[in-house]
Amino acid sequence: MIIKTLVSALLTTSVLGSFAAAQEVTLTIESWRNDDLTIWQDKLIPAFEAANPGIKVVFAPTAPAQYNSALNAKLEGGTAGDLITCRPFDGSLTLYDAGNLVDLKDLDAMDNFGDVARSGWSTDDGAATFCVPMASVIHGFIYNKEAFEEVGVEVPATVDDFFAVLDAFKADGNYIPLSMGTADQWEAATMGYANIGPNYWKGEEGRNALIAGTTKLTDPEWVAPFAQLARWGQYLGDGYEAQSYPDSQNLFTLGRAAIYPAGSWELSGFNAQADFDMGAFYPPVPNAGDECYISDHVDIAMGLNAASPNAAQAKVFLEWVGSEEFANLYANSLPGFFSLSNFDVKMEDPLAQEIVDWRKGCKSSIRPFHQILSRGTPGLATEYWQTSVNAIRSVQTPEEAAGQLQDALASWYEPQQ
Amino acid sequence: MEKRKTRWHIVVFLAPAVLVYSALMIFPLFGTLQLSFFDKIDQQQVFVGLDNFRTLFFNARWFDSFWNALKNNTWFFVVHMLVQNPVGVMLAAILSSKVVWFSAFFRTAFFIPTILSFVIVGFAWKLILSPIWGIAPDLLDLVGLKSLFLPYLGLEGTALTTLALISVWQFVGIPMMLIYASLLSIPEEVLEAAECDGITGFAAFWKIKLPLIWPSIGIISILTFVGNFNSFDLIYTTQGGLAGPNYSTDVLGSLLYRTFFGFQTQIGDINMGATLSVVMFGIILAGVSFYLFAIQSRMRRYQF
Amino acid sequence: MNKVKHNPLNILAVHAILVIYTVIALFPVVVIILNSFKTRKAIFREPLALPNADSFSLAGYETVLKQGDYFGYFQNSMIVTVVSLFFILLFGAMAAFALSEYRFKGNTLMGLYLAIGIMIPIRLGTVSILQIMVASGLVNTLTALILVYTASGLPLAIFILSEFMRQVSADLKDAGRIDGLSEYRIFFFLVLPLVRPALATVAVFNMIPIWNDLWFPLILASGEETKTLTLGSQVFIGQFVTDWNAVLSGLSMAILPVMLLYIIFSKQLIRGITSGAVK
Repeated sequence: MIIKTLVSALLTTSVLGSFAAAQEVTLTIESWRNDDLTIWQDKLIPAFEAANPGIKVVFAPTAPAQYNSALNAKLEGGTAGDLITCRPFDGSLTLYDAGNLVDLKDLDAMDNFGDVARSGWSTDDGAATFCVPMASVIHGFIYNKEAFEEVGVEVPATVDDFFAVLDAFKADGNYIPLSMGTADQWEAATMGYANIGPNYWKGEEGRNALIAGTTKLTDPEWVAPFAQLARWGQYLGDGYEAQSYPDSQNLFTLGRAAIYPAGSWELSGFNAQADFDMGAFYPPVPNAGDECYISDHVDIAMGLNAASPNAAQAKVFLEWVGSEEFANLYANSLPGFFSLSNFDVKMEDPLAQEIVDWRKGCKSSIRPFHQILSRGTPGLATEYWQTSVNAIRSVQTPEEAAGQLQDALASWYEPQQ
Repeated sequence: MEKRKTRWHIVVFLAPAVLVYSALMIFPLFGTLQLSFFDKIDQQQVFVGLDNFRTLFFNARWFDSFWNALKNNTWFFVVHMLVQNPVGVMLAAILSSKVVWFSAFFRTAFFIPTILSFVIVGFAWKLILSPIWGIAPDLLDLVGLKSLFLPYLGLEGTALTTLALISVWQFVGIPMMLIYASLLSIPEEVLEAAECDGITGFAAFWKIKLPLIWPSIGIISILTFVGNFNSFDLIYTTQGGLAGPNYSTDVLGSLLYRTFFGFQTQIGDINMGATLSVVMFGIILAGVSFYLFAIQSRMRRYQF
Repeated sequence: MNKVKHNPLNILAVHAILVIYTVIALFPVVVIILNSFKTRKAIFREPLALPNADSFSLAGYETVLKQGDYFGYFQNSMIVTVVSLFFILLFGAMAAFALSEYRFKGNTLMGLYLAIGIMIPIRLGTVSILQIMVASGLVNTLTALILVYTASGLPLAIFILSEFMRQVSADLKDAGRIDGLSEYRIFFFLVLPLVRPALATVAVFNMIPIWNDLWFPLILASGEETKTLTLGSQVFIGQFVTDWNAVLSGLSMAILPVMLLYIIFSKQLIRGITSGAVK
């Protein structure tokens, strides 16, 4: 109690203090994107500071593995930065419910975003939106164009084509057909299951049916992706069980693998490291002529720490994050992170432009389990890491993997009981 | 009042340690541990008695995770006891013998893994054991044993033991140093007397030195126990928060960390985390009490 | 001294064991340092080869050094580690002496109380600790780190030191008392020199987790002026980092100072061990 009082006393004095010295204010951004440090330091922050004298901005990232725990501790202790980078859905919703984030619905910049973009950072009833959407990421496959020419294969349109291409590379023997490992687990889920799945469960349609409780995870459209993953196993490199995420990236950029199951965020790194031409294709559809669905996941946003003593200036910054200038700057500094705004953002990176144009031909969908379905324990968004790996390694049959997910969900989610 | 006056020097000796320790360790830790009797309902911590413990032990999911972690942890500890401590004692015994040249060099070299951070250790061994960049496969190939190579860290059957051995590699310096220090403090006269009786070399180690260093081996065992049942860093940095494959490397520490602080999309559950740590505390306390009351008090100490 | 004859074969075998174990102990460290000086392609093509004119590269170090004031980080790490160690050893030895030397009511209980800290990871108390530091205005100071590390290092120090202090001859202390020495003098001038090996050991044990800790610097002192070396170099060791040049260089830069520190300390340490032991 004494400590609480002291803390609030201290906070009050610092609030007063900052008003007294309203000359120069420094805003601190909490983020897990330590890879983007130089881009913030060299491009984004200078652009903002030039237009807004009197406000300094510091980008203070934490390694992704520690971000959530460190942020929570700092929020409780009252030392978190003014601006909080928001993970989508419940990760940030919990912070809002706990009073750590502020409703930002009245920001002018919010009008620049559609409902889908805002859905990742709104309450279930949509009454409050607490983070300004920054970017989404799209899944698909990145491939080595030179390898495709060498082996004489074309970009696959259907699942059968896809496996024909993989077989061709396997027969050729010079390239590892698919560059992915299961050591870190999450790639199997996000770049595997969530990547190829929407074609089977028809994107948002299937996802919403699952939330409503009208379909089960043991239904064919949710088992089929596991069945496809089970076939992937034989096309991965030797010892893929211990292959880590950076291993996979390096295998591909060093030209030793043909196809990389990807998230679009890889582009900036790959552009810098690969010395061959790259192309990309969206997940092949089960049957020729099927409508295609892509995973276009709302991924990153920014909110205001409710305890920030510099709320007014922070809001100025957030308005800027929602502006067209930021949308252009961010999307072009970090090709593969696509703006969620309504602005027509042109990208200089041709491959990034190609990927974002998939939105025109295919239906977008977010990752299946991130909204609502990971709210209880065990959450599906964690559980499907394990089952996707097990499917690839054939430790579980596709039906068993799907069954485990259904059991996990039914153990706490009423519409599925 | 019939007793003698307060011995103030005891208070003076104890006060600084007790004050700092109580304020910054005991107080915060118990602040957390008491949360095991609460649950968060509508943003409020509500007292729920032993409900969380009931969940941990009688909810099949929780208990399975807990039991799996406890089993893995026990194996992790057994590997340390069987490999780390004997190797540590052996290295210390060799280093303390007078026939060794450059013993300062060897001593320093053996201790270097211990001073490295978990991040470095995890990264280095992942690189060496990587099936792709192939340091380990190539080395095995050199001695004609390439067929023995497996993606050790990626298979349920081998991952935990591999990690335990990496941890042994890292920490063998600690038993080595402790034993080395206590071997050096054996008085020359004792050994000379033994020499006169014709007890030298191996025999001297078994018959004279080993009995004298039992108390130190006792400390090492209990430190290993406490360290192993608290460890999570190595597993967290090499296998990630889910302690894969299939939770086969999950130990109590990694389960606790994942529960308490959350993991990716899974939100941290402070109350269940606190519950787990109370149980872990109980396990470790039981082990330490066993050592303090059953072993240490019976151990004969030699004063020189 | 060498009255006893040693079988040369035994000596050879002993040295063979030592050399083999040295290779095992140092190999991973050598691999990291070696590769930090190579180009990215060379790292993956021949991870065991020495850097040559073709594959030599300092690109990783350039990236790392651009990221921050490494000398400043190093200084912070040094201050935190050395000052914490000083308090751990001083307070720890005093408490250990009280526990091992005097019979008083609640001695065992006090011993157990002071041992609780080695049974629960201090990280669980993070939020309360942070609140205490905020309340006392110590956030983003090295003092905060020193206090936390002192508190968390004490239990182990007391545990080990009291075990060693029990082995100190009672006759010696009684002789001191008969000569009229105060309890404080007995502690500082008779007992402390005798347990130097244990002090050195405790110092080394505590130095490692303090130097390598990432968590409390992150929570309590993540400001640029108070960053420690480990925290400063963690920028390169995230989940999404593929720039292995930078990672390996960052790791090497984190290894080298602590290794030098240990090698310097280890001479003192061994001198302490040997001079304290021959009594």
